Amino acid sequence: MGGRLGFIAQRLVKAVFVILGIIVLNFLLIRLAPGDPALVLAGEAGAADPKFLDDLRREFGLDQPVWRQLLIYMQGILSFDLGFSYRQKQPILDLILARLPQTILLTGTALAFAIVAGVSLGAMAARHVGTWWDSAITTLALLVYAMPQFWLGLMLVLLFSVQLGWLPTFGSNTINSGFTGLDHALDVGRHLILPSLTLGLFFMAVYARLTRASMLEVADLDFVRTGRAKGLAEGRIQRSYILRNALLPVVTYAGLQAGYLVGGSILIETVFAWPGIGRLAFEAVLVRDYNLLLGIFIIASVLVIAFNLLTDLIYTIVDPRIELGA
Amino acid sequence: MASRRQVLGSAAALLAGGTMGMPRLARAQQKRGGVLTAILNPEPPLLVLGLNQQAPTQLVAGKIYQGLLRYDFALKPLPSLAKSWTVSPDGLTYTFKLEEGVKWHDGAPFTAEDVVFSCAKFLPEVHPRARAIFERCASITAPDKFTAVFTLKEPFEPFLYSFLPAGAPMMPKHIYDGSDYRANPKNATPIGTGPFKFKEWVKGSHITLVRNDEYWKPGRPFLDGVTYRIIPDAAARALAVETGQVDLAQGNDVEAFDVPRLAKLPHVELSTKGYETVAPISWIEINHRTAPYSDKRFRQAMMHAIDRDFIVKNIFFGLGRAASGPINTATRFHDAKAVKRYAYDTKKAEALLDEMGLKPGAGGVRARIKMMVLPYGEVWVRQAEYVKQALRRVGIDVTLESNDAGGWVKRIGDWDYETSFDFVSQFMDPAMGVARTYISSNIRRGVPFTNTMGYTNKRVDDLFDSAPKQTDPAKAQAMYSELQAILTEDVPVIWLTELEFPVLINKRLRNVNIDANGPNSEFDEAHLA
Repeated sequence: MGGRLGFIAQRLVKAVFVILGIIVLNFLLIRLAPGDPALVLAGEAGAADPKFLDDLRREFGLDQPVWRQLLIYMQGILSFDLGFSYRQKQPILDLILARLPQTILLTGTALAFAIVAGVSLGAMAARHVGTWWDSAITTLALLVYAMPQFWLGLMLVLLFSVQLGWLPTFGSNTINSGFTGLDHALDVGRHLILPSLTLGLFFMAVYARLTRASMLEVADLDFVRTGRAKGLAEGRIQRSYILRNALLPVVTYAGLQAGYLVGGSILIETVFAWPGIGRLAFEAVLVRDYNLLLGIFIIASVLVIAFNLLTDLIYTIVDPRIELGA
Repeated sequence: MASRRQVLGSAAALLAGGTMGMPRLARAQQKRGGVLTAILNPEPPLLVLGLNQQAPTQLVAGKIYQGLLRYDFALKPLPSLAKSWTVSPDGLTYTFKLEEGVKWHDGAPFTAEDVVFSCAKFLPEVHPRARAIFERCASITAPDKFTAVFTLKEPFEPFLYSFLPAGAPMMPKHIYDGSDYRANPKNATPIGTGPFKFKEWVKGSHITLVRNDEYWKPGRPFLDGVTYRIIPDAAARALAVETGQVDLAQGNDVEAFDVPRLAKLPHVELSTKGYETVAPISWIEINHRTAPYSDKRFRQAMMHAIDRDFIVKNIFFGLGRAASGPINTATRFHDAKAVKRYAYDTKKAEALLDEMGLKPGAGGVRARIKMMVLPYGEVWVRQAEYVKQALRRVGIDVTLESNDAGGWVKRIGDWDYETSFDFVSQFMDPAMGVARTYISSNIRRGVPFTNTMGYTNKRVDDLFDSAPKQTDPAKAQAMYSELQAILTEDVPVIWLTELEFPVLINKRLRNVNIDANGPNSEFDEAHLA
C-alpha cells in the first residue's frame, strides 16, 4: 500500500512540473498567432479607431511586455486564479466549470457506451471467430470506424430527427420547458442520444477490434489450453481466462481516450450545438481569448494526468503481476 | 417661424408616430403571448450594446436597448425614444422631444439626462463610430426632463442618421455614471428601455429575454419572450429552420446555397429586407503601395475581368445585387448615372493589361498576385474560387491565402497583404460608412476598416469633407455624384456585390421584419399569427 501511495506522490510531483511547462509553452505559443483579442473584437464590430484598440489592449493587459504578462499570469496561477476572460468578462474558472459538466455528460456517456458495446461485440466476434457473426461485427466496426463523424452525425439527425421526428436536432435540453426532476433528466437524455451515439460509435468500433484481436491472441496461450484441459466451462474460460487477460490494451486505450475526451469534441459539440468545453476552446482560439484558452489547457492537462494515473492503478487490479513505482 | 426642415421633421414624426411606422395592421388579429425562438451565431461576447456592436450582440441587445430613432426601409427617420424632433435652419441645433413615462428595466425613469450621459460621456468613451459623430457636437444639453438638444460645431447633414440603437444606444446614467464602463458589474445583466428584458444566458446554449411588462408603448410587446439558440454549425442551423425548432434565421445563419430550398418550405417565408441600415458592399481590397496595384489600369482590368452578375446568381443564389461603385443603392446619395460602368469584358481587361506592358508570359500569365480569403464562412471561399478562375482567364494568376479571423484582421490593419476580400457596412449615409475607406486622413496603420489601401486623392478628400456639411440636399447630392464618378474612375477597390441577407421567418409569426434594422429591431410589434 505504501508503494502505491509513494507512486502516486511521485507522479503528482512530476505532474506539477508538467503543468508548469504546459502553461509557459502555451502562453508563448498562442501569442505567436497573428492578431490579438482587441483586433478580433474590432474585426467583428466592423469599425475601429486607435483609441478603441489602445483602450482594449490596456484593459486586457496586452500593452505590457510578454514576459511581464507571463509573470502576472503565473502569480495568478500560484494563487489558483485562472484569470478573467477578455471577451466574456467572467472569471475563467466559472466559464470552464459551467461547460465541464456538459462535456463530461456527453463524453462519459459516449465512453461508457463505446466500452460496453465495443468490448461485448469484440468478445462475441472473438468467440465466434470465422463465423457469420464475426464477419458481421468486423464489417460493422470497419464501416463505423471509417465514417467521418460529422457526416454520421448529420445522417443520424436526418433519420431520427427530420424523417422520424423522434429526437431533437441540437442543444442539450428544451429551453423554457419548465421540466424538473425526472422530466428534466429524460429531456436531457433525449438530447444526449444522438451526439453520444455519434461520438461513441467511432470508439465502439475501436474497442470491438481491439478486444477481438487481443482475445484471439490470448486464446492461443498455454494457460487457456490448460483451463480447457481441466474441463472448465467455455463461458468461464472466455470471461475469466481470455477476456480478463485481453483487457489490458482496452484499459490503456480507455485511459488515453478518457483524458482526451475531457477536452471535449469540437466536431460533435458543433454539429449538435452541445454547450461543451471543446467548442469553448475552439472559439477561444478564434477570438484570441488567451486566458480562457490557457485555463482550458490547464484543466485538460490536469485531467489527462489524473486519468493516466488512474489507468496505471487499474492495471494493477486487472493484472496483479504489474507492480507500481518502477 | 418653422423652417422647411423643421416642418418636414415634425410632419414625419407625426405621421410615423400615428402608425408607429408599421405596415397597416389588422390590430384585432394581434395576439398576446408566445415565445419567438431565433438562431444566434456566433455567440456574442456581451450584451451591452453601448460596449459592443457586433452583429450577434445587436440581434439580442436590440430588444433590450433602444435609440432615439428608428428608420423605415427607405431610411426615413421614425420616432422611437424621441417622439419628435426639429432641426434649426442653420443645421446646427437638433432638438429631440422624448417620450414621457419611459422606464429602465430596473424601474428608474428614462430622462434627457440619460441622453446627455449616453451621447456626451459613455459612447464617446467606448464606441468608435459614435465617438466620430458626437465629437462634432459643441454641446449636448437637457433643458428640461424630456428635451435633449444637440448643438453641432458645424453643420453635419446626416446627423439624424446617427441614432440607430447600435449607433447610439441609450445607456442608463444611474448605472454607469462614475464607473469604469467596461468593468461595471451590471454588464452581466443589461438594463435598457426596450420591450424585452434580459433573463438568462447559458453560455454556449441560449439567451432568454422576457416581456417587459412596464414597456412604454401601451399593449406592447405582444410576445411573452424571445429565446436565442446558439447553433454553431451551418447545417444544424438549416435543419433547425427546416424542422421548425427555430422561428427565425437571419444574416449569415443559413448559407446562401441552403436559402432557396428553405424558402420553399410551406412554413417558411423569405425576406431580404431589414439590412438597409448597414447595406454592406463586398469588394476586393487592393494594397496600392506596390506595382502593379498602384496603376489604376490594373484595377480597372480586374473590374472588367470579373462577372459580378455571375457572383450574385451562382455564389449568392440571387441574394444581393452587382455593385457598380462605392455607394450602395440602399444608401443615401447613390447615383446610378454618375458611376463609370465596368461591363464584364475580358477583351477590355486584356487591352488594359497590354497597355500597362503586362504581356502574357509562360502559360499565358501576365501577373501573379496574392489574395486573402474572408474567414467568415463557406460562401466567401466559393467567391474567392470564382474570382481566381475569372482573373486567370485574363492572365492574372491568383494565389489564395487563408487566415482565421484574427490573422486576417491583423494583416489588413497592418497593410501586410496584396489583395483581400472584404465587406464593409455603410450605415445609411456616405459620411458614416463610405468616407472612412477612401479619405487619406483615415490611413492609420494597425487599425482595420480604415483606408488600409493607402488610396489618396485630394479632390475625394475635399468632397467627403464638404458634402455632409451642406444643408441643401441637392448640393450634397451633386458632390456625392462627383465623388462616385471620381472613385469609379480610380477604382480604389474592386466592388463586387451589394450584399443582401436572407431573413427566414416561420409563418406562424407576423411583423418580425418591419424596418431597416430588420431582425436587430425591437420586435415590439411582432406577434403570433
